[in-house]
Amino acid sequence: MAGSGVAHMRNNDEVVLEVRDLVVEFKAGGGRVVNAVSKISFDVCRGETLAIVGESGCGKTTLGKAVLQLPPPNSGDVIFEGTNLSKLPKEQLRSARTAMQMVFQDPISSLDPRMMVRDLIEEPLWVWERGSEEERAVKVRELLNNVGLDPELVLNRRSYEFSGGQCQRISIARSLALEPRMLICDEPVSALDVSIQAQILNLLQDMKDRYGLTMIFISHDLAVVKAVSNRIMVMYLGKICEVGSPDVIYSKPAHHYTSALINSVPIPDPTRKRTTVPLQGEPPSPVAPPSGCRFRTRCPAATEKCAAEEPQLREVSPGQFVACHHPRS
Amino acid sequence: MMSIGNLHVRFATPFGSLEAVRSVDLEIPAGASVGIVGESGSGKTVACRAAMGLLSGSNVQRDGTVVFDGKELTAMTREEVRNEFGTGMAMIFQDPMTALNPVRRIGTQLSESLRLRLGMDKKAALARSAELLSLVRIPDPEAMLKKFPYQLSGGMRQRVMIAIAISCNPKLLFADEPTTALDVTVQAQILQLLSELRRDLKMSMVLITHDLGVVANHTDFVAVMYAGEVVEQATTAELFANMKMPYTQALLNSIPNIEMKSGERLQVIEGRLPNPVDRPKGCGFVTRCSYAQQKCHDEHPPLLDAGNGHLYRCWYPLGHTIARKP
Repeated sequence: MAGSGVAHMRNNDEVVLEVRDLVVEFKAGGGRVVNAVSKISFDVCRGETLAIVGESGCGKTTLGKAVLQLPPPNSGDVIFEGTNLSKLPKEQLRSARTAMQMVFQDPISSLDPRMMVRDLIEEPLWVWERGSEEERAVKVRELLNNVGLDPELVLNRRSYEFSGGQCQRISIARSLALEPRMLICDEPVSALDVSIQAQILNLLQDMKDRYGLTMIFISHDLAVVKAVSNRIMVMYLGKICEVGSPDVIYSKPAHHYTSALINSVPIPDPTRKRTTVPLQGEPPSPVAPPSGCRFRTRCPAATEKCAAEEPQLREVSPGQFVACHHPRS
Repeated sequence: MMSIGNLHVRFATPFGSLEAVRSVDLEIPAGASVGIVGESGSGKTVACRAAMGLLSGSNVQRDGTVVFDGKELTAMTREEVRNEFGTGMAMIFQDPMTALNPVRRIGTQLSESLRLRLGMDKKAALARSAELLSLVRIPDPEAMLKKFPYQLSGGMRQRVMIAIAISCNPKLLFADEPTTALDVTVQAQILQLLSELRRDLKMSMVLITHDLGVVANHTDFVAVMYAGEVVEQATTAELFANMKMPYTQALLNSIPNIEMKSGERLQVIEGRLPNPVDRPKGCGFVTRCSYAQQKCHDEHPPLLDAGNGHLYRCWYPLGHTIARKP
């Protein structure tokens, strides 16, 4: 799994975000280094939703944050609408970032419990001095209506008075306040019940259409991203395994890890038993990742070549790219 | 193994009496796995905790009978009920991050109940702890005994929780959303592990979850709860084959499906649970149900039997000829 390589890059006029050879490392003490994201490249076209999928600890959240330069990556370029964010001075970066917003995983802890909903949503407008006080008040109401909350009922309440699903709606309203062109959603529904999950996923789809957003959707659950994404990128231990359209990835996954992820999704039908065994073990430590293909320690098809040589991303069918020496056929 | 009869749980709140569990009857046969499914706030966790006698406080009122292994738990003192924990019944809690004590080593936490319940000495308890860790498929159990919870991943912590729960060979294991905080790959591992342990140790199990996908392959019976009541109950095969409740159907439809097309909208359950302090007099699901009729607003449906032990609480069950509300 290793996926270095740029075969999947599209380089056309529609690309709004281009990430090249992004590396994020954290110092772990004792001279050790956590390789959170290792030389990842990808691009996102206008109006597209790219889903980044992988297990806990694969670096997907770090990757999402590194796009926003939170914190700036160790090396690599993030080019958003022609501007290289990694090279911008601090103040210009801050203003460039208003066009990209993030929705965080835990809707309850990402809202300040001491602030009223009206202030939570107005805060970004106020920080950037957008509009007069009256205009901002109108905007806040409009945003709340758009995310399906009644302004009269919620404006003067605080986040602890709401359920997880409602808090996530408030977070989404807040992230849309500055009318961003790109939204990065980090596991926006992982903390929610299935019934609420569906509501939030539909809401994100609606917001995408209404505001013409380009989205990056980070999740560990392949079933969740199926409905919302146009392109899926599967990650493992800081590297890319597979990139492709949802229909292709689900019907014929080429990477053994993608196939294991699909087989882990529970099927709500007792008459259909899984025949495959779930993926065993846990990912190795990113402090000392395996040589060659990083997935080889858990891969059913691993050979000596996988330990010796890192696979590069290559196209196995139109639009489907995989980094594996022995792809599934 | 356990029989719950007419269980009610009420909490006194500043807004009035909140009835979290209403008239729940549930049989847990020996060796069987029972799934309890419902949204957040449907009363599934409270019902199980009340059955185990874990709820206490002056604001809690519990009525009904709970017979466990031939003993009437509701008539026993707290101390007597406590003696059943570990050897009789055990619970796996939802959040493996907070259920373990962060400042004590895994070995100490795991051997605690072995020493307390089974009277083992320290050395024997630690040896048995290592065996238990290998039983839940933790590699290098000896090293694990010396670690602290923060050094483990969520999946590993949940395995430790399971090891603690099964340490004294309980007859009945409650698993309260054991996989909700975990990744899908780890979820599949943990569910498989629980099924295998249940078979090998001949335990009964109650699996609490909000995901019908989880119960489909890991339970023998399912009870669906809504607003504190059991609204549908059947064997797992019967429930999925002949669903009666519009609510169960809606819950099933809201699960993202890997067979969906890209861009397809998910079906949602509009609205939310009724206010538990001020319940509507009719069916609790009436405002969210697409089949609701006037009768549903006026009269509370009783639990009916379809004839084969399939219970449901609906005036107009699915399969009944009735026009869907436009």
